Amino acid sequence: MTTPATGVGAPIRRKEDHRFITGKGNYTDDINRPGQTYAVFVRSPHAHAKIRKIDAAAARAMPGVVGILTGADLAADKVGGLICGWMIHNKDGSPMSAGAHPALADGKVRYVGDHVAVVIAESLAEARDAAEKVAVDYEVLPAVVDLASATAKGVGTIHDVAPNNVVFDWHLGDKAATEAAFKKARHITRITLANNRLVPNAMEPRAALGDYDAGEDSFTLYTTSQNPHVARLILSAFIGIAPEHKLRVIAPDVGGGFGSKIYVYAEETVCVWAAKRVGRPVKWVADRTEEFLAVAHGRDHLTHAEMAVDEEGKILAIRVKTRANLGAYLSTFASAVPTYLYAPLLSGQYDIPAIYAEVETVYTNTAPVDAYRGAGRPEATFVVERLVEVAAREMGQDPAKFRLKNFVKKWPHQTPVIMMYDAGDYAGSMRQAQKLADVAGFGKRKRDSARNGKLRGLGYSAYIEACGIAPSSAVGSLGAGVGLWESAEVRVNPTGNVEVLTGSHSHGQGHETTFAQLVAGRLGIPIEQVSIVHGDTDKVQFGMGTYGSRSGAVGMSAIVKALDKVEAKARKVAALCMEAAEGDIDFKDGKFTVKGTDKSMAFGEVALQAYIAHKFTGQQLEPGLKEGAFFDPTNFTFPAGVHICEVEIDPETGVTKIEKWTAVDDFGTVINPMIVEGQVHGGIAQGVGQALHEGTVYDKNGQLLTASFMDYGMPRADDLPSYSLGFNGTAAPSNPLGIKGCGEAGAIAAPPAVINAITDALGHEEIAMPATPQAVWLAVQKMAKSIAAE
Amino acid sequence: MAKKPVTFTLNGSDRAAFAEEGLNLLEFLRRGIGDLSPKYGCGQGACGACTVIIDGETHLACLTMADAVHGRKVETASGLANGKVHPLQEAFMEYFAAQCGYCTPGMLMSAKVLLDRNPSPTRADVIEAISGNLCRCTGYEPIIDAILATANMRARA
Repeated sequence: MTTPATGVGAPIRRKEDHRFITGKGNYTDDINRPGQTYAVFVRSPHAHAKIRKIDAAAARAMPGVVGILTGADLAADKVGGLICGWMIHNKDGSPMSAGAHPALADGKVRYVGDHVAVVIAESLAEARDAAEKVAVDYEVLPAVVDLASATAKGVGTIHDVAPNNVVFDWHLGDKAATEAAFKKARHITRITLANNRLVPNAMEPRAALGDYDAGEDSFTLYTTSQNPHVARLILSAFIGIAPEHKLRVIAPDVGGGFGSKIYVYAEETVCVWAAKRVGRPVKWVADRTEEFLAVAHGRDHLTHAEMAVDEEGKILAIRVKTRANLGAYLSTFASAVPTYLYAPLLSGQYDIPAIYAEVETVYTNTAPVDAYRGAGRPEATFVVERLVEVAAREMGQDPAKFRLKNFVKKWPHQTPVIMMYDAGDYAGSMRQAQKLADVAGFGKRKRDSARNGKLRGLGYSAYIEACGIAPSSAVGSLGAGVGLWESAEVRVNPTGNVEVLTGSHSHGQGHETTFAQLVAGRLGIPIEQVSIVHGDTDKVQFGMGTYGSRSGAVGMSAIVKALDKVEAKARKVAALCMEAAEGDIDFKDGKFTVKGTDKSMAFGEVALQAYIAHKFTGQQLEPGLKEGAFFDPTNFTFPAGVHICEVEIDPETGVTKIEKWTAVDDFGTVINPMIVEGQVHGGIAQGVGQALHEGTVYDKNGQLLTASFMDYGMPRADDLPSYSLGFNGTAAPSNPLGIKGCGEAGAIAAPPAVINAITDALGHEEIAMPATPQAVWLAVQKMAKSIAAE
Repeated sequence: MAKKPVTFTLNGSDRAAFAEEGLNLLEFLRRGIGDLSPKYGCGQGACGACTVIIDGETHLACLTMADAVHGRKVETASGLANGKVHPLQEAFMEYFAAQCGYCTPGMLMSAKVLLDRNPSPTRADVIEAISGNLCRCTGYEPIIDAILATANMRARA
């Protein structure tokens, strides 16, 4: 029984909002330490160059300079390089080619923005001025920028371990079965598409503040991280800053992450290390251009895909060949994204007997690429939903009916690419979405648009994703370097209020509210008596952090397990206090009652008795009421849904206006519908950004041309539609709450919905993302030509 | 570097501090005065996270020289609640207009100036007023709804 007003399912206000609306959010750059210095990084202006010499003499003489450190200093202190935590093997079984990734350059730079040296000074202005005086003598090498030609002969080698710039050449699925299916096909649809490179651009730029306590010989790092414990583990075990128990990592309020703050970066590594070197706290805050240059980017695939269909319109097989850009170095989870987070999703929501995917990943002289909201799953969904749409159109079938015919209809369903879908209702979501979107009235709306000289189109996207990446033993067998469980501790205080320590991290998701809803509802106490503690390795023992829409399914499930133990112990306390058998104790609405009597104790009274321990002996029961738990799910979760985008294009200007956005999603159990809606809205906004506005452009020399908000198309308030949302939840069987996860769905679903709508309006398939007004205008001209030719 | 004395009103209180020549208002407020509510988002006047109100008009603190506020009235999100939260703040909570919270102080400043000037804005007016403020989390809809709801509530009151 929950407290209905605040428990699971209640749309209560967010507990964290009061501090945000009053300007009291406590972000990394809001924290200052006594004696603090400021770090500015000397970054490479070249995409690819050897460093002949670094001359810092003039810079050292500048006012306010406290220290200037280079890769040689890191090496002298035996500080290791940054790591990639997921091992992928080539088709032949050999391991991927992982080039060294020093935090400060070791004789070579590999992208514009690469870290050469750090200047630490009394003030930010002094650090900036001195950084300009660091003279670096570069021998410029040819840059490898273009993804398509990155492995061509003679383009140059970025890492000696990968002479042809290939990181790995990997595959998944049954090649022979897929080829056999293609031989039987009545129709084959072939598409070639690019998944455009994106810059995550959380509104809070990355920042770090390193502090060293000489008395305790211990370090503290305040950093913009989605997973402070993972950061500590990597900084300790691999990079060697300090033993784990001598390194505290605090991720306070974090202003958005979207994946980009999962990774351990050069800057935070250098700040925490340098704090001991200079004997003062060292702060660094990325300016926005640094963020564009050196944050991990997302996506960047080139794909050729084919779909085999039989005479009845049943999909027989999918064959995919993808080249993925991993940038200049392997970021923390880079190798997992175009492999295990991508190819296993190529079955979409469909019953497809055979799938074969080949993925070749390459180094280029561009910023590292890693997971960004959706991570691999938006790329897979774009491939599948474009294939399905184009196949239906080529075969003259209604795209919705084509999808309905091919949807998985029975669960569990084993796909040919690892995944076992355990619960869903794909056809139900499609029908609900069609109704909400008034698809029946689309023809009239299209005619009305045509009368006004406008082009109207409707696009579907039936996406599926895999969240709560688990169980640990399974991801371990696929190459993960860590387990992907979550931990929680429920501390009941003697006065009956509760602190919940979680390894999940909230950077906008509202965990302080949803997690508290779960606990308050379960224990029958007011939500004000519950506080959620996260983001500090000295408070929370361990955690895997927040990414991959895992915090509900995995993090909250760990809390449920800890609550189970708290309740079991509290029952014992109540039984002893009320002199009853434990089996006779009922717990309901925050009250322990002896069955069949009027004897009862409130939760708070039981908590007090657990601590004062006057009513039982140490032999009978251990005092206290505090329990911890780890939760490792039995399967991934599979959120899925149908999004329908309706656009109107002005053929004169090429401007695409989204007229209607409908989404029906299956997230399993929903804890707070308002927070879930917010996640869906934000995800769609980023997906629409990818489809219409955002594109990362390097010139042929590897200079980033889109390195500011003036050059990179961030969606603004006038770029986005209103949304019509519906839920069609089926409980996930792999966790006790039935949660599937909602954080990435919008970003996964949206791009193909937009492009399918635009191509529907255009009547041809030739448009790439981002479909800017210029691109659409050019596509409209092609349309006119094809009409003229008919 | 030469320092100049700057005296101004911040959220109704008189303040005086020295500002280095060339220092921008954002750094001055955050490091010199200790008002951490305006946020650094881009430093180029393109994201609105540092939006403050000077003499009733929105300004981007990252593009404003610190000494430009000498003798003027500055308002920031940290001063918006006066004993109790401002109706806009109330509406931001009610409509879930904040997620990570980083753009929120600037967004509130833009919204306040809009409503001070135009008590009954249309949806298009609201969108225009916040089109200089980037939010990466919400997709803007709850922010727009919160501002419109504040206007409607005031109209009814």
